Amino acid sequence: MANKRKIIQGITTFVYNFNLKGFFTGEIYTGKLKNACVPGLNCYSCPGAAGSCPIGALQSILGNYKYQFSFYIFGFLMLIGTILGRFVCGYLCPFGLFQELLYKIKSKKFKIKRVFVYTKYFILAIFVIALPLFHTNVIGLGDPAFCKYICPAGTIEAGIPLVLLNKPLQGIVGWLFGWKLFILIVFIIGSVFSFRPFCKLICPLGAIYSLFNKVSVFRYAFDEAKCINCNKCVETCKMDVIPHLNVNDIECIRCGECIEVCPTNALTQIVVLGDGKKNEEIN
Amino acid sequence: MKKRVALILLAVFMMVFGIYRGEMAVVFNKAVNICLECIGIG
Repeated sequence: MANKRKIIQGITTFVYNFNLKGFFTGEIYTGKLKNACVPGLNCYSCPGAAGSCPIGALQSILGNYKYQFSFYIFGFLMLIGTILGRFVCGYLCPFGLFQELLYKIKSKKFKIKRVFVYTKYFILAIFVIALPLFHTNVIGLGDPAFCKYICPAGTIEAGIPLVLLNKPLQGIVGWLFGWKLFILIVFIIGSVFSFRPFCKLICPLGAIYSLFNKVSVFRYAFDEAKCINCNKCVETCKMDVIPHLNVNDIECIRCGECIEVCPTNALTQIVVLGDGKKNEEIN
Repeated sequence: MKKRVALILLAVFMMVFGIYRGEMAVVFNKAVNICLECIGIG
């Protein structure tokens, strides 16, 4: 399952960024597909990006003087979240794949304390919602604060390639570019030693999808009668979820490794649309 | 109560309403121009 997941993550990264010529010309795609968002975190200023980043799009609407709320983006996130939950994080996010590849580098590995996973909700509330809404300039446009001050995905997907490919941009980089580069380096090093630290600590998109994990159509089920308390699921989970206590935990990215190691099939993937009485097992 | 179906229908309604009131154009305009904030310049 891990290899299958990597293939899907790779295909997703390519589909999100199919404008390959942008990586040579330094120009971004300007076609109509950019009206729509992709489910994962993928900067729309990446030279390859074919769609919009939902977090960037949300900030751009909240920061626009005409709107105080985004029905389009919150609706989109609710739709994807209700169907998939954090399956998006596990399968459909290029920056998640990037961190997982770094984690493969042999080193001592560290766990992140559970209490710190709640910082991403703070980031979502302050940098994605409050600052774009309330920290406005003289013409009423809000700052896309998360993109501007934090997002390392934007730095690696858009900042670095665009600055390398555009001489005029090279002339105007300043302290902010240095700051964002610093954040990117912190998460690159952090990803070698800890599994997906950006997803656990910072990602506002994961924070939104996590709210739907308990109700999503695609989810996991736990059969207590089959469980022999071997704890293999707990030991294998890199997101530090305890599947037999909370199978649809906010941190579960649906990687499926717990299901793979369960010797008694106590854990299963299911699809539940209605009241949940007719669950369909899909593994 | 089929809450998932209700959530999906509400989400689709919100998207349609958001598009109707012009939010998609804001996203498009932002996405087809290099976002200087995103790349650490603006």
